[in-house]
Amino acid sequence: MALETTELRPLGKSIKRKEDARLVRGQGRFLDDIKLPRMLYLALVRSPYAHARIVGIDTARARALPGVHLVLTGEDLAKLNLAWMPTLAGDKQMVLATDKVLFQYQEVAAVIADTRALAEDGAALVEVTYDPLPVVVDPRRALEPDAPVLRDDREQRDNHIFHWEVGERAATDEALRASAVVVKESIRMPRVHPAPVEPCGCIADYDGAMGKLTWYVTSQAPHAHRTVLAMVAGLPEHKIHVISPDVGGGFGNKVPVFPGYVAAIVGSISLGRPVKWVETRTENLTSTNFARDYFMDVELGADDKGRVTALKVTTVADHGAFDAAADPTKYPAGLFSIVTGSYDFPTAFAEVDAAYTNKAPGGIAYRCSFRVTEASFLIERAMNSLALKLGVDPADLRFQNFIGSDRFPYDSPLGWTYDSGNYAATLNRALDMIDYRALRQEQAERRARGEFMGIGISTFTEIVGAGPSQSFDILGIKMFDSCEIRVHPTGKVIARLGTRHQGQGHETTFAQIIAEELGLSTEDVLVEEGDTDTAPYGLGTYASRSTPTAGGAAALAARRVRDKGRKIAAHLLEVSDDEVEWDGQRFYAAGAPEHAVSMAEVSLAAYTNLPAGMEPGLEATFYYDPPNLTFPNGAYVAVVDIDKGTGEAKVRRFVAVDDCGTVINPMVVEGQIHGGLTEGFAIAFMQEIAFDEDGNCLAPNFTEYLVPTAVEAPKWETDRTVTPSPHHPIGAKGVGESPNVGSPAAFANAVMDALSPLGVTNLDIPLFPWKIWEVLRQHGVTE
Amino acid sequence: MFPNAFEYQSPTSLDEAVALLVEHGYEAKILAGGQSLLPMMKLRVAAPTVLVDLGRVPGLDARTENDRELSLGAMTRHASLEWDEDLWARYPLLRETAAWIADPLVRNRGTMAGSLAHADPAADWGAALLALHGSVTVDGPNGSRRVGADDFFVDVFTTRLEPDEVLTAVHIPRPEHDVFATHLKLERKVGDFAVVAVSLQVEIDGDGRIRRPGIGLAGVGPTSLHATAAASLLEGQPLSLELIREAAAKASAATDPASDRRGSADFKRDMVRLFVERGLRSIESRFDEGRRRSA
Repeated sequence: MALETTELRPLGKSIKRKEDARLVRGQGRFLDDIKLPRMLYLALVRSPYAHARIVGIDTARARALPGVHLVLTGEDLAKLNLAWMPTLAGDKQMVLATDKVLFQYQEVAAVIADTRALAEDGAALVEVTYDPLPVVVDPRRALEPDAPVLRDDREQRDNHIFHWEVGERAATDEALRASAVVVKESIRMPRVHPAPVEPCGCIADYDGAMGKLTWYVTSQAPHAHRTVLAMVAGLPEHKIHVISPDVGGGFGNKVPVFPGYVAAIVGSISLGRPVKWVETRTENLTSTNFARDYFMDVELGADDKGRVTALKVTTVADHGAFDAAADPTKYPAGLFSIVTGSYDFPTAFAEVDAAYTNKAPGGIAYRCSFRVTEASFLIERAMNSLALKLGVDPADLRFQNFIGSDRFPYDSPLGWTYDSGNYAATLNRALDMIDYRALRQEQAERRARGEFMGIGISTFTEIVGAGPSQSFDILGIKMFDSCEIRVHPTGKVIARLGTRHQGQGHETTFAQIIAEELGLSTEDVLVEEGDTDTAPYGLGTYASRSTPTAGGAAALAARRVRDKGRKIAAHLLEVSDDEVEWDGQRFYAAGAPEHAVSMAEVSLAAYTNLPAGMEPGLEATFYYDPPNLTFPNGAYVAVVDIDKGTGEAKVRRFVAVDDCGTVINPMVVEGQIHGGLTEGFAIAFMQEIAFDEDGNCLAPNFTEYLVPTAVEAPKWETDRTVTPSPHHPIGAKGVGESPNVGSPAAFANAVMDALSPLGVTNLDIPLFPWKIWEVLRQHGVTE
Repeated sequence: MFPNAFEYQSPTSLDEAVALLVEHGYEAKILAGGQSLLPMMKLRVAAPTVLVDLGRVPGLDARTENDRELSLGAMTRHASLEWDEDLWARYPLLRETAAWIADPLVRNRGTMAGSLAHADPAADWGAALLALHGSVTVDGPNGSRRVGADDFFVDVFTTRLEPDEVLTAVHIPRPEHDVFATHLKLERKVGDFAVVAVSLQVEIDGDGRIRRPGIGLAGVGPTSLHATAAASLLEGQPLSLELIREAAAKASAATDPASDRRGSADFKRDMVRLFVERGLRSIESRFDEGRRRSA
């Protein structure tokens, strides 16, 4: 894509990312780049068992190792009332285990030493005696009445965490009974992990003299982390300074607080020295969160003409040993109620029952606005099965059932008000790009030759930008976000926001929003995030919320600056306020465009030549509480060819047409799409955090948890339609998550489409070659 | 990812290296390219107390070739076998196999001999050495000996090497006729160890008959396997579809794979059948193509 060079009026231009100047030179400053004087290193002792009683912990040999400064156990933390910590989901989680362990790799003790290697040596010397207990790895088993009760710290004597439901159960059942056609599928979205390139970590640096804790941490939500820390550790909030330096990918992994963080802080306070904890790749994959793990049973009804009548979804959710899901507090199943997707369902019902198992706690919203990926996968897979059952083209079925572009704002049966969209236009664009009708022709010819080629469609609707304060909070804190703009005398701007980017490009895209509003170049605007001592309070970057929330705040804060600028311009132009016009770059006197002043001139005047009585300076802060969420959508089409010998599904083409409303920087959006599609490809074909029956994690490293490279990733063909959000200040919606949310179903649908002549409608992802081979084998059609 | 503390030794002669192995026995490990050993040490799966680096032992990167065979010193890197065009015509399987190993970074450092000594049953070189009817030279306190590929592999990660011995060279017979080779591999992603790999080499004489066929298998047993029964079917025969299918079935029957998350035993057995069939058919068509051209 050609880069545009003009940077005035930058909105909508593919401006090179400002942060890349340091990131591509290896000059970023990530957590592990930070080394403080007298810093010590922490390593964790972890459980080899998925469920076991702790008989004893002997730390004597570890303490005796030269270079070891401190060994912490759960008993030590209990004295500080820190053996357990609250989770964002309102549960509690062991920091260091005391009585028993509940998942393999659970944190049992912490060793702090002069070097990381010494800390690991010390950890190896901590002797823990375990008495193994029966293990539960399947959440459906966990909910059976005779299942072993895992959480004996709770009064409730079973493994049930919560029941959540939405919609009309009776009306949905009735509508399904009355439907001419009902498809049923059991759709599993397996446990996966975001696996950011940079794992989680922190440096706790407690200054005993000043009573101040400086906490460097890989955080997507530094302000929320500070508040949680103040509440949990009892430290005064103004004496906690959270710094989230450059973050090497988050994808939801860096929203929660982890036991290693608490141990490092306790260690620093105890020893009066900085303590660094950085997890290994294995620790990342096995303990600091997971995503998905939903078992979904769907019933989808349609009339004899193929119009959808009702949707019912019954779900069992595996939350692991502790409910550490990172959802807005009032939404224990996240925004799963977006499950009716892009289709006009008269009625619907969805329910989720969550269970404890002997697996790592979670689940986080991996590049997903809280269970939206699960919902999109479910409805897009179910629509594919409906098309197969009806014997109609899956594209035609979608056109027939889309919410029409004239129906917005659209009230969904499960309670959302969709802001905007033109689903038919988006799908039409994708079908044109891939030449869909020709592909169907080719498929018919190949089928006649006994070949297996498939075309998969996913036309998803997302829900992002949490969220409006009347319903969205985390631990009571409303999910607004913020921007503070300071314009300096020469017209140069520093803007700070409550979000924290991890590669999304905020330093560029938010500069574009502000520069657009102020008639400046992006070069004139420095965006800073991640330092709680300087940035205004905000809830952070996840769930595709930054542009819908902080992006709105940036535009509105800039407009406040411009409003004051207008008054200063009137003074400089010697006209009244209402005679000043703004042309996007300059203020000018109405009717006399040559009589104009620039924002730079206005800025100088704000400090040097003010109208009488006006407060000096040129600054504004905006805390933006969005009136609604935003609803990005997309149409993805995948084409696969199945190797009849090996069962490999080779992706021949993939077209992604996204509609995220107003586009701030097309290149950044395209980058987001490429990254998320590659993740979605991996989820569909390669990745699962699987366990054996003893609860041993079978994917504890990148040898077994497969991350695709450019070799595996298909070529992505992207385009967009633009249907602005009517309520967002610049019409933008979130986009970061759309490709991860929408693509797994496109891949799976393509494989099911290929295998449909064999009567196959559903195989569990990941679609390993052997799974497809087994189907081919059963039908005697292998090479 | 932090190894146990260990001692690092960098001998400058083979005798010195062997003496260190004699001194430390099972506590010592030989470091060549380090592409398997170092990750295992970082995970503390391997925890040798002494590392004996072969990097400064002179002569171990030597390559010699005579009428009978090619000899590759133990420090020969995968990449040199991938990129040395001089070898391609006579030893095509070296290049076919090397290109499948891990990724370019690993191939620049890792060694063929190190991979053989490591003896991962899913490794590509084990299968290739069997298909090539190769052998290795092993040096120890009692001198030097030659071990044929068919005898070398004992069990998972276990070979005929004693703890005080060094694998110093790999030998590959020089083909006497036109040579055809291919390496087929099912991997979950680039750089992965094989789910199943099949290494094939045959010579075809002037009468169009197969000579010295070799079929090496990876990932389908406790060691790299040589499908000898299948190979002997081919010996002295012209290639035909019927023969190919028979050999593929025989090769598949010779395997003993485990069911795991890479696939069931049945799946892996069938991949052997498929790859032997695909490999021999591609050889057959290349041979036919060559005949047509020269005719």
